[in-house]
Amino acid sequence: MSGPSTYVPKSAIGRWFESRLPLGGLMHSSFVAYPVPRNLNYMWTFGAILSFMLVAQIVTGVVLAMHFIPSSTQAFASVDNIMRNVNYGWLIRYLHTNGASLFFLACYLHMFRGLYYGSFKPPRELLWIIGVIIYFLMMATAFTGYVLPWGAMSLAGATVITNLTSAIPLVGTSIAHWLWGGFAVGGPTLTRFFALHYLVPFIIAAFVGLHVWALHVAGQNNPDGIEVKDPLRDTVAFTPYATIKDVFGLSVFLILYAWLVFYIPNYLLDADNSTLANPLTTPAHVVPEWYLLPFYAMLRAIPSKLMGVLIMFSAIVVLALIPWLDRSPVKSAKYRPTFRIFFWVFAAICVGLGYLGSQEPTEGLALIARILTFGYFAFFLLVMPILSFTEKTKPIPISIADAVLTRTKTVAAAAE
Amino acid sequence: MIRVKFSALAFAATALVLASASTVLAQSDAGQPNPPRQSWSFSGMFGIYDKAQLQRGFQVYKEVCSTCHALSIPFRTLADPDGPGFSEDQIRTLAATYQVTNAEPNDKGEIFKRPGTPADIIPRPEAYANDQAAAATFGKAPPNMDLLAKALKFERGFPWFVIDALPGFEYQEMGADYIHAILNGYTKPDDLQWNLYYPGHKIAMPQPITDGAVDYKDGTKPTLDNYSRDVAAFLSWAAEPNLPERKRIGLRVIIFLIVFAVLLYFVKKRIWESAH
Repeated sequence: MSGPSTYVPKSAIGRWFESRLPLGGLMHSSFVAYPVPRNLNYMWTFGAILSFMLVAQIVTGVVLAMHFIPSSTQAFASVDNIMRNVNYGWLIRYLHTNGASLFFLACYLHMFRGLYYGSFKPPRELLWIIGVIIYFLMMATAFTGYVLPWGAMSLAGATVITNLTSAIPLVGTSIAHWLWGGFAVGGPTLTRFFALHYLVPFIIAAFVGLHVWALHVAGQNNPDGIEVKDPLRDTVAFTPYATIKDVFGLSVFLILYAWLVFYIPNYLLDADNSTLANPLTTPAHVVPEWYLLPFYAMLRAIPSKLMGVLIMFSAIVVLALIPWLDRSPVKSAKYRPTFRIFFWVFAAICVGLGYLGSQEPTEGLALIARILTFGYFAFFLLVMPILSFTEKTKPIPISIADAVLTRTKTVAAAAE
Repeated sequence: MIRVKFSALAFAATALVLASASTVLAQSDAGQPNPPRQSWSFSGMFGIYDKAQLQRGFQVYKEVCSTCHALSIPFRTLADPDGPGFSEDQIRTLAATYQVTNAEPNDKGEIFKRPGTPADIIPRPEAYANDQAAAATFGKAPPNMDLLAKALKFERGFPWFVIDALPGFEYQEMGADYIHAILNGYTKPDDLQWNLYYPGHKIAMPQPITDGAVDYKDGTKPTLDNYSRDVAAFLSWAAEPNLPERKRIGLRVIIFLIVFAVLLYFVKKRIWESAH
């Protein structure tokens, strides 16, 4: 989108407001008149779904915060109070915990979409990096949030992850004590994690604003990976075309959300977290929530503590480097048959790492975890650069409009 | 085509590796069977609690388990129409039989006990002053039962943990199955703390209940199997009293969303016609 807004308010009050604070014009040019490639598929609805989930998490979170008591002696009981006594407290709590999982599911699908269709390539590198920052902030939010109910797994998870800071040479132990507010995870840790958990989602919201802004400057990528050449032929207005697709995609996603919340609300909840935290007992199997499992597997796969921490953080940092690792001039994997194969292998590696993160690390499984960790990094550090220059890509269409027309022609021909 | 083939191959290969890895893991505890799956009135999309079962379960709790195990829920919740559904009078009478420590001291500054009211929380067992005293007797403090059914789990391995989430196959009653299994798992009469289903087979709690221990008033057979079923259902209710309301609301929400999604789909198609 470029140039001033074409929005003209219909009422006198509207014009009065618009000349002082052009919010209407901003909304109009961003979400009504904004040109959207006409060949987007449903993998492009996850942005809207994620925005909805962020708002849902904040709303349910604020309501929970009205009843939750962030003290180690009262946290667990206050959650129990929410579940039993607060009107529809059980619903708000389940919406929040399952909402976090679905937030991450939508986020992973959104990220994999970006990897597959090359949405990180110029001119969208900064858009991608802001996305990685948002992802990292989401992980911080989820981690601090999980500690709050003060169940057995909350305490164990907090201990494992905060202990990682002690791996830093020289200052590590001091940093750990400073983080904990004591010599181990305890009451002070819980209270400060509550403060952080309340704060970070609003930082995420700010970065989401930057993310959408950066997106609107560059325009959306599309499944064919070709930039918009002629807005009249290649694009449609956001409203009503993208709006209705987003709302439809959201309503399907909400069916999954409702199924989780109303029928299997404890499916993703670790049973150990329904027991009060006891510093003298540790659960038999300490595992984080499913969305952190791949990183947990990487952390455990490496024998050295410091190296494990470095590998785990590198796994996220490497994501930010992708725009400079994958230099193929062809954006979309639709026209990159070799990359496509490696993409699906990478997806399988992530699922495999996730599974291994949930299991006890025996010798055999640790070896597989190491191989898969190597595969994860190899995809970014070896496959992407090498394929950038050596891959034989399929010919790309001349424009988006041509791509859409060829598809409809093929469909019509096949129908005859 | 090749894309579909290869990705299918990649996933199949991964699935095979994971499945074989998980069968190794599922059996890794030598001779540690998983609690067998029972049928419960509250399982599935339309399952709700059976009032009579919950009332019998409460009777089992009160007469047997409450000696050692706390159940920190208010008396008034026992009148929950979605739950045990006792009458107000029954609850008032029941609460009054307990001596509850008043929250505030009296005018002279003395802490005193008084008969319970429905608003009070069911008092902790008097046998042990605190968890440490309880642990001293058996080696481990008897856990509070208000969330016990939610706090118990066991590994099912792949692909079961995927199937357990699917509509029609959902499995949320692991706690109830576990409780039922433990109570029926004392299969070695010469070793009072040996339990077939407890991890490691050594449980601190000796067999708490046998046939005929509790007198059922509604004609149900006084067998260990019935006791364990009833108390497991009761404890499931204690951990998840919202279940019937949750499923009721859930049905309406999901039907609404499905209808809404279908309508939106046709609206989308209509709108996009003008783009083609």
